[in-house]
Amino acid sequence: MTAPLLQVRDLKVHFQVRSGGLFGTSIPLKAVDGISFDLKAGETLGIVGESGCGKSTLGRAVLQLLPATAGTVAWLGSDLTALDKAELKAQRRNMQVVFQDPLASLDPRMTAGDIIAEPLRNYHAELSTAEIKARVKEMMEQVGLLPSMINRYPHEFSGGQCQRIGIARAMILKPQLVVCDEPVSALDVSIRAQIINLLTDLQRRFNLSMLFISHDLSVVRHISHRVMVLYLGKVMELADRDALYRTPRHPYTQALISAVPIPDPEKERAKPRVIVNGDLPSPLNPPSGCVFRTRCPKATEICAQVAPPLEHAGAGHEVACHHWRE
Amino acid sequence: MTVLDIRDLTVRFATHDGEVAAVSNVSLSIAKGECLGIVGESGSGKSQTFLAAMGLLAPNGRATGEVNFSGMNLLTAGEKALNSVRGNKVSMIFQDPMTSLTPHMKVGRQLAEVLVRHRGLSAADARAQSIAMLKRVQIPEAERRFEAYPHELSGGLRQRVMIAMALLCAPELIIADEPTTALDVTVQAQILDLIRIAKDETNAAIVLITHDLGVVAGLADRVAVMYAGRIVEVGDVRQIFKAPQHPYTKGLLACTPRLDDETGGALLTIPGQPPNLQRLPPGCAFNPRCAYVMERCLRERPALLPDAAGGLSACFLTNAQGAP
Amino acid sequence: MTGVNLSSPHGEALKAAGEVDGRSLWQDAWRRLLANRAAFISLIVLVTLGVVSVVGPYVLPWTYDQIDWDHVEAMPPNFAMGHYFGTDSVGRDLLARTLFGGRISLMVGILATTVALTIGVTVGAVAGFVGGKVDQLLMRFVDLMYAVPLTFFVIILMVLFGRNFILMFLAIGAVEWLTMARIVRGQTLTLRNKEFIDAARASGGSTTAIIIRHIVPNVLGVVMVYVTLTIPQVILLESFLSFLGLGIQEPMTSWGMLINDGAAELEINPRTLIIPAAFMTVTLFCFNFLGDGLRDALDPKDR
Repeated sequence: MTAPLLQVRDLKVHFQVRSGGLFGTSIPLKAVDGISFDLKAGETLGIVGESGCGKSTLGRAVLQLLPATAGTVAWLGSDLTALDKAELKAQRRNMQVVFQDPLASLDPRMTAGDIIAEPLRNYHAELSTAEIKARVKEMMEQVGLLPSMINRYPHEFSGGQCQRIGIARAMILKPQLVVCDEPVSALDVSIRAQIINLLTDLQRRFNLSMLFISHDLSVVRHISHRVMVLYLGKVMELADRDALYRTPRHPYTQALISAVPIPDPEKERAKPRVIVNGDLPSPLNPPSGCVFRTRCPKATEICAQVAPPLEHAGAGHEVACHHWRE
Repeated sequence: MTVLDIRDLTVRFATHDGEVAAVSNVSLSIAKGECLGIVGESGSGKSQTFLAAMGLLAPNGRATGEVNFSGMNLLTAGEKALNSVRGNKVSMIFQDPMTSLTPHMKVGRQLAEVLVRHRGLSAADARAQSIAMLKRVQIPEAERRFEAYPHELSGGLRQRVMIAMALLCAPELIIADEPTTALDVTVQAQILDLIRIAKDETNAAIVLITHDLGVVAGLADRVAVMYAGRIVEVGDVRQIFKAPQHPYTKGLLACTPRLDDETGGALLTIPGQPPNLQRLPPGCAFNPRCAYVMERCLRERPALLPDAAGGLSACFLTNAQGAP
Repeated sequence: MTGVNLSSPHGEALKAAGEVDGRSLWQDAWRRLLANRAAFISLIVLVTLGVVSVVGPYVLPWTYDQIDWDHVEAMPPNFAMGHYFGTDSVGRDLLARTLFGGRISLMVGILATTVALTIGVTVGAVAGFVGGKVDQLLMRFVDLMYAVPLTFFVIILMVLFGRNFILMFLAIGAVEWLTMARIVRGQTLTLRNKEFIDAARASGGSTTAIIIRHIVPNVLGVVMVYVTLTIPQVILLESFLSFLGLGIQEPMTSWGMLINDGAAELEINPRTLIIPAAFMTVTLFCFNFLGDGLRDALDPKDR
C-alpha cells in the first residue's frame, strides 16, 4: 500500500449567513460538515451529490481556495491549512483545478496561449518567452487543440475547446492532483465523451490523482475508482466504484442510483423505482440526527436522535446509516 | 388523430453577421395521447422549432412554413388567436420555472387567473379547482402553497406548480422544454413520474424536448433527433434506441456514459465540434464529423426518407436514396 | 462562436499554416464602434478639435494674449487683418483665444480624468477584490469625501496653495475619482466570483498579480465608457469654477472663461459668447455620443 497523497480529516467549512434584517444574527451554513477521506496517487475519487450537498465547497477547501473552519487537509503528510502564503504557493503547483463553466473559467481578455501559460509564469519566472510558448504549444497538442490557435481568444472557441484550454492550464505544471468541479456538466453530449476520454487519458498518462466532482452518476461511474456520496455536507457512503453501484448500502445512494434515467427504453421502463419524496431540506436548518431522515423510506425514531457514524460495511466500504444491514 | 402538424418549418434569425437558419425545413406531426421526444444538442434547433410554432420567437426571428393546430395555421394567425390557444389548448413547461412564474404574484393567483381568463370561471371556483390541481401534482399542503410567492418554493415545487398550470385547462398539447434539466436527480425522478401520470390520465399530446437520452427513453413513444436545425432521424422509441439508423444517432447513443455500463472502457466519441450554424458545410451538415462520410455527402444533402428499420432518416446509407 | 473544427478540411489547412491571429474583445468592440455612425463621427470631430486646439495657436497670425492695438474694441470678423472670428472687447483675436481655451479645457478634462482614473481604478479594484476591512475603510473614506462640498474644497485648496493651474487638475481629479472607485468596486465584486479568478488563484497568482492581470483589464471596458462621460463633466466643472473666478487666471483662458466674458457682452456683442459656446457644446455632444457608442460596443450581452 502506498501512502495517501491527500488526507482529509474531519474537514468543516461553515459560512456565516446573515438572517435578514438590520440587526439579524448570523447563522452558520454548514456546507461541509466533518468530511474525511484519503486519496492515493493515480486514483480518481468521484464525489457525487445533489445541489447544496457541499461537493464544490469541498473541492475548493481542499485546494485552499476557501478557508476551512476546522479539520485538516494534509498533502503528503503536511497540513495545508497551517501553511503561510509562500509555503502554500509552493505546494499549490502540485494541485490544479478544472471548472464547470468552460467560458467563465477563462479570462475573456486573454489569448488561449496566455491563459495556458499563466501558471508557468507564476512558477517559472526563469523561462524565456520562446520556451513558454513552446511548452504551451506542446500542451495544446496533448489536450487536442491546434497549436496554431494559440493567439485566439476564448469567445472564438466552442465550449468543448474552452474546456480543453482549461485542462491545458491545469496540466501545464504537471500537477499530481487535479480537482475537476463538474468539468463536463455544461457540455453537449457529443463533446462530453471527448472530454471524459481526455481526462481519463491524461490521468493514466501522468498517473494523476483526481477528485471528480459531479452530480451525474453515470459519468462518475465511468471515470472513478472510488465514489463518495454526499448529502447536506456529510458523507453518506464511500466505496469502491463497483461495490457502490452494484450493492449500494445507503438508502440515499439507492434512491440516487434508481433515479438516473437509463438510455434504454426497455430497461428504463422496467426498472424498479425508489422514489424519495420531498425536496432537499434547507442547509441552514438541517434535520436533527441523520440529515437524510426526512426523505428516507427507512427512517425510524433513532434517526432523528443520533447522527449515524460512518460504519465499516465491507472492504473499503463505509456507510453512515443506522439501518444499512436491513 | 393529429393534434399538431408542422410542415416545412424554417426559422431564420437576423444577427450581426447576417442571417442564420436555426431551423430548416422541419416537418413533424404529433397525435393525440402521443409523447414525442425531441432530442438534440445545443444549437440543434429543438427549442426554436416549438417556440416558432407557438409564435414565441425572439423579435429578430422569422418563421416560414405551416403549423396546423385545431384548424388554423398558427404562423399566420394573429396575436389574439394565438393568445386563445396558448395557455389554454397548448401549455408550455420550461426549464426554469422561476422565469415563467411572475415573481411578485402569489402562485395561487397566477393559477386561478388562467382559469378565469380562459374558462370564464368565478374566483371561488377557480380557487377550488386550482387547489385541487395542486393536490393532483402532489404538492403537500396545497392550501398553504396556494398563498406562497414563487421564490418561497423550492425548484421541484415550482416545477410542479408549472405542471399544475399546464394541466389546468385540460390542454390538447403540452410542450415541455427541458422540464427537468435544472433539477436534482431525485427531484427529476419525481417530476418525470408526474409527467408520466399526466400523460396516462389526460390523453394530451406531449412534446418532450431534451438533451437527455435517458429521459426520452423513459417517457417518449416516438423520437425525433435533430442536428444543425434539421431532423436527421424519426422513429419509434424502441427502434431508435435498439437500432439507430443515422450515424449521428448512433454516435449520440454510443458516447453517452451509462449508469448500467460495467465495462468502463473509453467512450466512443463523435469527433469534432458542434456545428456552427453560420458556417455549415455544403451537403450533409454532419459530414465533417461522420465516420461513414462518402464523397456524395459533401455535395448533396440527404432527404428525410423511410429507412429499413421502419422510421425516417436523412442519410444516403440508410434510406432509399442510398441504393444506386 | 467561431469554433474551428479539428477534423474538417479547413482545420487541416490551419494546422499546416502558421499561427492564427485571434480577434480580442477590444478589436470586436472597436469594429462595432466604427460601425456606429454617430460615435464614429464624434470621434473624428473630437480628434480634429484636439489637433486644431494644439496646433492652431502656433499657426495663427495672432496669439491668445496679443492685443491688436489698432482695434482695442470688439471687432467683427476681418479676414484682411487675420481676425477670422473677430476680436474681443480688448482687441484680442477671438479664434486664437477660443483655440487656446479649448487646449486648456481639453487638457483639464483629460488630465483630471486621468488622475481620477488612476486613483479610482486602484482604490475600487483593491477595495472590491480584497474586501473585508480594507473595503470598509476605503469605501467609508469615499463616502466621507462625497460629503465635502466641491466649491468649499476648491476654495480651501486655493487659500492654502494659492491660485495654481496644476492645482485645478488635482482638485477636480480628487473629486471625480470617487464615482469611478464605486463603479470599479461594483464591477470587481461581480468579477471576483468568476471562476477564472479562482483558476488564477489555484495556479499560484498573488493578489496583486490577479488584480493587475485579470481584474483591471476586465473592468476597463466599463471604465472607458465612464471616462468619456467624465471628461465633459470635468470641462463643465472647470467652466463653473472659472465662472466663479476660482479657475484659470487672465490672460490665460478656457472655454468656461470665454463664455463668462462673452456673457457679459451678450447684448452688444453676442459673437463673443456664441463662438466659444458652440465649440464647447459640440465637444460635449461628441463625448456623450462617443460614450454611448462605446457602451453599445462593449456591451457584454453581445459577447
